[in-house]
Amino acid sequence: MAKITGSEIFIKSLCEEKVKHIFGYPGGVLLPLFDKLYDEKSITFHLTRHEQGAAHAADGYARATGEVGVCIATSGPGATNLVTGIATAHMDSIPIVAVTGQVKSTLIGNDAFQEADMVGITRPITKHNYLVKDVRDLAQTVKEAFHIASTGRPGPVLIDLPVDVQLAEADFKYPKTIDMKSYKPTYEGHAGQIKKIVKAIEKSEKPLIYAGGGVILSDASGELTAFAKKANIPITTTMMGLGAFPQNNKLDLGMLGMHGTAYANLAVQEADLIIAIGARFDDRVTGRLDTFAPNAKIVHVDIDPSSVSKNVNVDIPVIGDAKVVLKELNKHIKKRDYSKWHNTIKKWKKELPLTYKNDNKLRPQYVVEEINNLTKDENVIIATEVGQNQMWAAQYYTYTKPRTWISSGGLGTMGYGFPAAIGAQIGKPDAIVFDIAGDGSIQMNIQELAMAVIEKIPVKIAILNNGCLGMVRQWQELFYNRRYAFTTLAEDRTNYHPDFVKLAESYGAKGIRVTEKEDVKEAIKASLKEKGPVIIDFIVEREENVFPMVPAGESIDRMMHGLA
Amino acid sequence: MENFVISALVENKFGVLARVAGLFSARGFNIKSLAVGETEDPEVSRMTIVAEADEKILEQIKKQLNKLINVIKVQDLTGADCVDKELILIKVKSGTAKAREKIVQVVDSMGAEIVDIGKKSVTIEETGDEHKINALIELVRPYGILEIARTGKIALQSE
Repeated sequence: MAKITGSEIFIKSLCEEKVKHIFGYPGGVLLPLFDKLYDEKSITFHLTRHEQGAAHAADGYARATGEVGVCIATSGPGATNLVTGIATAHMDSIPIVAVTGQVKSTLIGNDAFQEADMVGITRPITKHNYLVKDVRDLAQTVKEAFHIASTGRPGPVLIDLPVDVQLAEADFKYPKTIDMKSYKPTYEGHAGQIKKIVKAIEKSEKPLIYAGGGVILSDASGELTAFAKKANIPITTTMMGLGAFPQNNKLDLGMLGMHGTAYANLAVQEADLIIAIGARFDDRVTGRLDTFAPNAKIVHVDIDPSSVSKNVNVDIPVIGDAKVVLKELNKHIKKRDYSKWHNTIKKWKKELPLTYKNDNKLRPQYVVEEINNLTKDENVIIATEVGQNQMWAAQYYTYTKPRTWISSGGLGTMGYGFPAAIGAQIGKPDAIVFDIAGDGSIQMNIQELAMAVIEKIPVKIAILNNGCLGMVRQWQELFYNRRYAFTTLAEDRTNYHPDFVKLAESYGAKGIRVTEKEDVKEAIKASLKEKGPVIIDFIVEREENVFPMVPAGESIDRMMHGLA
Repeated sequence: MENFVISALVENKFGVLARVAGLFSARGFNIKSLAVGETEDPEVSRMTIVAEADEKILEQIKKQLNKLINVIKVQDLTGADCVDKELILIKVKSGTAKAREKIVQVVDSMGAEIVDIGKKSVTIEETGDEHKINALIELVRPYGILEIARTGKIALQSE
């Protein structure tokens, strides 16, 4: 067998993993690899304008498609620029493989030019990482990296690849199978534990399903929907779980937690049985822990044993894959009558709906509602930035399908939405992709407009422009005596800093400004006709707040409501 | 908070120690002792870790250890039926003949050994469980301890 170089081995290995898209940025130590990538016709390389954009794009691609996203950056600063993106993927369990160039192996540790210890830096924010020191280990490493990223509880894996390993030669044989003695995730739930769930449901008068992002990661939305309907149990999802269950179904209670619906939070506090599936009892969900779900027995289905009883003590834990466990559960479940419980919830829904002041002013919630109204019958993906824009996008859009909600949940990364939307659009070219953004967040990765324009990626950026860092301003208003310390981005609402329409135009994109409520629909319709990216700059009410709101550390039934 | 003892079988590869140590440091917990060495299988090392934490955190650390790709098996030996040993070297002042004589008596009575004799000090070696080691330290402390080196506990579960 003829020997080939590490660069060729690496690219052939990616082809074996059926990688179609790579997001990244070249650099000195990656020259050998990029030179070979230049000839590989089955992989499209997407040149982002910042490495952080590459990591988020790979992440958005993974969330939209369910495949492993791949990003690549050079050593040193290129690699450290990936860090926020890797941490984002880690917190939300998103399968990406991040590849970083590294200085020559003999120089590692010598403070060489553009050297950074990436395996050290990313150790706590990856599921696993590798420094490849011998070209003969490379194919096996790539195989393991994709396997680890995409199985069990998924997550990012980093491969650090020194330049001399890219140049060294070895035989290439891609491993067909994989057997790692120290890594064997559990997929099957314990039969006895599943029986216990069935029994607990039979005894319950007020059961509630609490589903999270794990349902989407394991492609278990169908099984979850069947389970909820068959068992006749109301369901609330976390923000990460939006789309796991069709929100137009009457069993749906929307999102729970800090900015969840009042009826979802009240249901949690009133329930006598909570069935958590692929969720991790995050502090934004539970609020004050010792008053969380005080009357409920807790069932927790999760593939990661370390998630179980981490925050909330679990009565019936089931370690396994959501899809596999739900399939099994669906075999044993019977429909029961919970009409009293359903009626209580119906009453809450009527008394405490999600609402905002519907007057003549241009309010951000209205923008999201109109995007929903104009696109709900289409194949739509909603990406978001972080802050108020994210919460309104979560509250006022009706999610009916998995992998249509793309948002940084755990890490809460500003600047995530736009590059993630690009990645999602590349993975799902037929979808209509929106990035619901704030005027703060969008500026953190706005540079990716260049790639979006050149590659004709028709992402629609709806900026809910309130001239400030809205979520922090909201907390300042509510808890810091309206002292708006350094959260004002633009004092004057008529002079724009930046002028997003001109900014879009300077990149060669379409820019639309909307200052009146009556123009919202037309602007959204116009954006849907564009073949490339569009920015719609909605100049919205500055002091609009996200309600309901559970103040940090409070019990989740102690919600603040807005005035409608 | 109590001391707990964890024995972990890990892959004998670079970076594994840092991953394990990172689980403790990231949560702000100090490792009291840690001993690593090859096992009967040269591809596998055993780490014996003694640290202080409450039960809930210990539970989380065990789960996180199991989650590490390079960790093969985790055993909690806290309070378990096991054999545990540690080796200690203590350098003690022995300025006067009388002091030296007394130290020799202590060393003999404890079944320890003097492994080095200097002009003004002796170095004692002792192997045993925590209790025995601590007893020796207290017995020689009055003569003036100059330096101590300990290997940290190693342990195997009893059959």
